[in-house]
Amino acid sequence: MSEAPIKKVEGITKESTQAMIDHALEIYPEKAKKKRAPHLAPNEGEGACVKSNRKTVPGIMSARGCAYAGAKGVVWGPIRDMVHVSHGPVGCGWYSWGTRRNLVTGVNGVSQFAMQFTSDFQEKDIVYGGDKKLKTLLAEAHDLFPLAKGISVLSECPVGLIGDDINSVAKVASQELEIPVIPCNCEGFRGVSQSLGHHISNDTIRDHIIGTREFAEPETPYDIALIGDYNIGGDVWSVKPLLEEIGLNVKAVWTGDGELEKIAATHKVKLNLIHCYRSMNYMCRVMEEKYGIPWLEFNFFGPTKIRESLRKIAEYFDDNIKEKVEKAIAKYDPIMQAVIDEYRPRLEGKKVMLYVGGLRPRHTVNAYADLGMTVVGSGYEFAHGDDYERTSVEMPEATVIYDDASEHELEQFVDELRPDLIGSGIKEKYLFQKMGIPFRQMHSWDYSGPYHAYNGFPIFARDVDMAVNSPTWKLVKAPF
Amino acid sequence: MTAEAAVKYVTEIPEEEVKRVSAWINTEEYKEKNFARQALVINPPHACQPLGAELAAHGFEGTLPFVHGSQGCASYYRSTFNRHFREPAPAVSDSMTEDGAVFGGQNNLHEALENAYTIYKPKMMAVFTSCMPEVIGDDLTAFIKNARNKGIVPQDYPLPYANTPSFNGSHVHGYDAMLLSILQSLTEGKKVEGRCTGKLNLIPGFDCNTGNYREYKRILKEFGIPYTLLADISDTFDSPLDGTYRPYPGGTKLEDAADSINGKATLTVAPFSSAKTFTWIKDNYSGTHVSLPTPFGVAKTDALLLKLSELFGKPVPASLKAERGYAVDAMTDAHQYIHGKKFALYGDPDYLIGYVSFLLEMGAKPYHILCSKGNKKVEKELQALLDSSPDGKGCNIYMGKDLWHMRSLLMTDPVDAMIGDTHGKFAARDAGIPLFRFGFPVFDRVNLHRSPLIGYQGAINMLTAICNKFIEIRDETCEDRHFEMMR
Repeated sequence: MSEAPIKKVEGITKESTQAMIDHALEIYPEKAKKKRAPHLAPNEGEGACVKSNRKTVPGIMSARGCAYAGAKGVVWGPIRDMVHVSHGPVGCGWYSWGTRRNLVTGVNGVSQFAMQFTSDFQEKDIVYGGDKKLKTLLAEAHDLFPLAKGISVLSECPVGLIGDDINSVAKVASQELEIPVIPCNCEGFRGVSQSLGHHISNDTIRDHIIGTREFAEPETPYDIALIGDYNIGGDVWSVKPLLEEIGLNVKAVWTGDGELEKIAATHKVKLNLIHCYRSMNYMCRVMEEKYGIPWLEFNFFGPTKIRESLRKIAEYFDDNIKEKVEKAIAKYDPIMQAVIDEYRPRLEGKKVMLYVGGLRPRHTVNAYADLGMTVVGSGYEFAHGDDYERTSVEMPEATVIYDDASEHELEQFVDELRPDLIGSGIKEKYLFQKMGIPFRQMHSWDYSGPYHAYNGFPIFARDVDMAVNSPTWKLVKAPF
Repeated sequence: MTAEAAVKYVTEIPEEEVKRVSAWINTEEYKEKNFARQALVINPPHACQPLGAELAAHGFEGTLPFVHGSQGCASYYRSTFNRHFREPAPAVSDSMTEDGAVFGGQNNLHEALENAYTIYKPKMMAVFTSCMPEVIGDDLTAFIKNARNKGIVPQDYPLPYANTPSFNGSHVHGYDAMLLSILQSLTEGKKVEGRCTGKLNLIPGFDCNTGNYREYKRILKEFGIPYTLLADISDTFDSPLDGTYRPYPGGTKLEDAADSINGKATLTVAPFSSAKTFTWIKDNYSGTHVSLPTPFGVAKTDALLLKLSELFGKPVPASLKAERGYAVDAMTDAHQYIHGKKFALYGDPDYLIGYVSFLLEMGAKPYHILCSKGNKKVEKELQALLDSSPDGKGCNIYMGKDLWHMRSLLMTDPVDAMIGDTHGKFAARDAGIPLFRFGFPVFDRVNLHRSPLIGYQGAINMLTAICNKFIEIRDETCEDRHFEMMR
């Protein structure tokens, strides 16, 4: 079952890929062409072959979100026992209300708060400032939701523009209400994408949360934290039991189905395991520098990478863990092989294109390989150079890599490469389905999941097969 | 070591506490506290203006919605439509960032206009604003004029623009503002004295049910009345899957929209989501101007057909008269499953008025009516409807409230069902009642937007969904000895 990475794709050369890119750029005005060209390149096998983390070219139909989206949707939203206030006008919180699939445990409105809390700014708040309103609403939130362990205040665009001081309001409220009130200056106009929202949120955790609690139980050498798993479709509930099965104590999860106080005590763990590097590497570095906690990137997509990652994790621990890891691999390998035996014959040789966020454009490449499929194009909405360095080694030679791709570019690449499956987001989904190309949303697992770890792979394989081999595709062309 | 510096340990919320608070949030005491909120808004069932503006833009042929503001805003609006319709929703933004806050957004706007015009070849770009340019006070009029003067777009290229601040009104107001600007822009200089297109201009308003649009068109075809829908999103958001992606699969033809100023009559069936547009039309359009409520239920559909008959001097066609009979037949057959049932309702004003009207026709009680964003006029109309029927007695209207208020209402003064959009599903689940997803958005069911709610057919559709659900609940929950063949 050990799948060697696919390194060559028939018909794809550096020249053919570059020609495809040049063709896609042809239509652009000169300035846009010049700006976009460095973001598209054939994979060179090492290093970052594209420029990234730059301003989006205005008007190109980017799929990117904003800093607020990165803060509320990605980092804060999944912390289940906090009230997350979208501070500003009503829209931002409404759009991000329940639209990421970060599942949570608890009773809605009682012990978990996956809801839409907003200060619903009106014209007068813009004119006179919203600090007073914020102070009032924090008290109201505490009063109505007494079991909330804390409140985050997530700034929307106007807050930073009108010069409100949410930091001092939060500080005073924190003392008065005797719960952490965390101000996060994540206005949507900051930075170039969601990415800065992740970074700002990490900094906020550093400044306000980490180190403020400790675990009540005695420490053990096997205490770890699971970082950068947001429990999309229940991913954490698949990963955590596996980590426990190999003998580790998962003391905190950042931030899928997360709990504020456990996050606050994470400085006491022995190792941080990080899944989404892009959104959480900042705090891993902080914990390493400040508390000496090592961190390890791992990949739990598909049996090949799971096995590799489990063994890498075991290296940090004693023989006890190593034995358990081997036992787990021996236990799950045949189960995974059965999944592969079922689906691989139906998927062998199929081509996939990916365009997603954080880690999936590289982490899932080998999961497709486990099913006999080849990824022929990959890219990110909001990655940085270090993400592309990590991607180039996973992708076959000379395949196209795209950063902050426009809808036009994606359409052109898809038209040329005619993949059998596209894994991307909701904004892309229906466009490509209209073209008759099977599609799976790879941000939200398309309302399915989990896809992580051994419990996730059979679901992933089933979903990929379902998309590619649905009989509905045969009906696309009318007989008349 | 002071007390403050003592180590704080991770605590678990005790099970009893969760149980206590779970019970407490269902009480009258909690409801009072909840309704006393001054500042915090929880689960509001409305979005911001630019979302509506984008919908209006999608209703015109070859039109690219264009967000002047942060790119994240555009992504949010697009995904909302993608999820509701399960269709593409192409739109661009000019990606304003920090430097835009300092220098204003003109450079972004101009660069984006040039790129979008060249790459996506729209026949029209409809520009609307999100928060940032509104707060910093960008002068759109000047920016657009400068764009033309610089030759970024041709002088006569249609480039309507609307100020749609998110800190004012809701999506329906943004719809109105954008529609108004599009019509002003397209009809400029097109009024010809003495010319009459002989057509009806129909304004469906902010309506995300593509079936409704097709139903309006079908009714007008039955009448043989030529029409222009302002604006028609039905083909934009319900386009065929045949192997080709078309970025602009539908929409009202720009020339038809331009000529609409010379129409025989203009009729809005969404007084609240086209208020400003209609006021402007009254002052500027030829022909007759009529405002009617959205035709939910028999009486309001009757009013529409009578008005169409009057405006065009045509009798109501026999086919539609028969349809009325089918609807009344269906309603009579099914009345026993809905009569006396209490409903909780929330949504946009035009839809809300429609629900109330339909329910009263069925002898049901529109018991909790919650309008999160609406003015005194909305409240007055709702109250007048309640007063018009004995079944309206004891029913209450809650203006400016949200779905967390609604939850308190459901728990302290229970009802049989709720009508609204997907966002009410948590409250409905807690209350143990069904939620009928007639509103927008619907993120968790398929194809509902294809099933019309307006007209006689719409009444049958709503009735069928509601009554069969009640029957299903009875089948699922009754004791074995009461589980019967017939219902």
